[in-house]
Amino acid sequence: MIVAAIKPTEHLAALAFAGRHRPRVWEPAPWIFAIAFYFAFPNYLGFGTELLVTILFALSLDLVLGYAGIITLGHAAFFGAGAYTVGMLAYHGIWNEPISSLMLAAIVAALVGLGSGLVLLRTQGLTLLMLTLCTMALLEEAANLGHEYTGGFDGLASLPIPPLLGLFEFNPLYPRTQYLYVLIVLFIAFLFVRTLIYSPFGQSLAGIRENTLRMHAVGSPVRARLITCYTISAAIAGIAGGLWAQANAYVNLTTLSLDRAAMVLIALILGGYGRIYGGFVGAVAYMALAHFLAKLYPTGWQLGLGLLLVVIALFARNGILGIGEALLRRIRAKHMPQ
Amino acid sequence: MANVLELRHVSAGYGETVVLEDINLVLSRGESISVIGRNGVGKSTLLATMMGHTTLHKGEVVLNGQSLDAVPVYRRAVMGLGFVPQEREIFPSLTVRENLMIGARLGPWTEERVFQLFPNLQERLDNKGNQLSGGEQQMLSISRALLTNPSLLLMDEPTEGLAPVIVEALTAVLLSLRDAGDLSIILVEQNSRVALEFSSRTIVMDKGRIVYDGESVTLRDDQERLARLIGITE
Repeated sequence: MIVAAIKPTEHLAALAFAGRHRPRVWEPAPWIFAIAFYFAFPNYLGFGTELLVTILFALSLDLVLGYAGIITLGHAAFFGAGAYTVGMLAYHGIWNEPISSLMLAAIVAALVGLGSGLVLLRTQGLTLLMLTLCTMALLEEAANLGHEYTGGFDGLASLPIPPLLGLFEFNPLYPRTQYLYVLIVLFIAFLFVRTLIYSPFGQSLAGIRENTLRMHAVGSPVRARLITCYTISAAIAGIAGGLWAQANAYVNLTTLSLDRAAMVLIALILGGYGRIYGGFVGAVAYMALAHFLAKLYPTGWQLGLGLLLVVIALFARNGILGIGEALLRRIRAKHMPQ
Repeated sequence: MANVLELRHVSAGYGETVVLEDINLVLSRGESISVIGRNGVGKSTLLATMMGHTTLHKGEVVLNGQSLDAVPVYRRAVMGLGFVPQEREIFPSLTVRENLMIGARLGPWTEERVFQLFPNLQERLDNKGNQLSGGEQQMLSISRALLTNPSLLLMDEPTEGLAPVIVEALTAVLLSLRDAGDLSIILVEQNSRVALEFSSRTIVMDKGRIVYDGESVTLRDDQERLARLIGITE
């Protein structure tokens, strides 16, 4: 038998990799909507910016939860790490150039992810869940105690964020720059995550989620892959946090809070995790509902949201996208020749 | 001929429980053997020990001249151990193609060669793992292991739970794999007829020890001895 008679580019994995990358017809739709939103709702760009940041945060969570099967309740640890990196550097006059600050936010969050991942990812299930929660709580308390640097409970307000590329002002009242800036960063991050999940690395994450022992047996370094995924996800969450701090020109303890971690988890479950667009749909559904329910019923809007989540959890475990997929399957089955 | 695998005085088990005791086994490159025995005598544990899924209490496992002491499971796979587990354990939400490529490495076993063995798989490339029949799942499990391009393939009861007609077809595939000559195979099998037909050398295990290591034909021709060793006859 002739060994390695095929070229690497003709290898099964390489061929499949090339095939799966092809974009589908409907994929530009969310981006067209996002651009249309900018023109159609100029008075809602603050809300839109917050929404885009949440989508980015949900995308980072989907990578660990949906693709690698790492159950976490403490993803806000990385969001907060990114937000505080941008905030502290700007507030103390060390560095405030937006794009490079964002890169620093990603690096710091990735380091937090790497450090905690090395320890946490030795565990599974409930232990892992509790440890992720503890990591976030520790960081939140550290931010609270480090008043001198972090502003403690009050946070750091009025961050001096200079114009983007020296040209585009961050105006908190008319956040046009913020919206487009966050949209561009989200698009770049999305392309990166999309490439990652359709790569052999991404497929190995799906394999790990489904059967860890079997992945060991086919030669996949499971722990190293999980730590890598966790670190990448932390970096993206850090970018989301950094963007949030820049867009709002302040940072406080809510960036590291359980509320934020729970909100992004709920949004992702609502949209459907393990699908790259689940975060998009979930964040839009969650935030739009929260926004409009709060207008209708300011004191009890969470009740309506809670009821919806109960319905989703009971009848649509794969989220809104899961409902869509099930409907599509039914329609296809109906029109299939017998 | 160089040895692909050596087990030297191996005692192993799960935690503190010892299942295998003083196992000695040498397998030459390209050689295939069958392992038979009653339920619970340690056949699957033998394969699990080679893969690193058990606690090694004593002895040494050597693959292609390299000791596997403290070598993690995934490294063993990279070093040339392929494993077809008893429960098949395909990835249910991945497609057939994704199941195949997930551990694929360059080597003599390619997609085309696997499809020559199992043409059915080629027709079901875009089906998810959980949409396959038991026989197809077994084919996929064997193909996935072959595409890791192992030097030694460990197969744990591949015919278990399959319809007789599928067992016949799978046996034919196992024989062609054996005859390909570029792969050593250890086949653990409850079905002694399949096992004795598969290889010229058979190992019989009882109570965690090897109680017979010799020619398959001897056991085939001496059903009384076979019955004594494994407690049943086909």
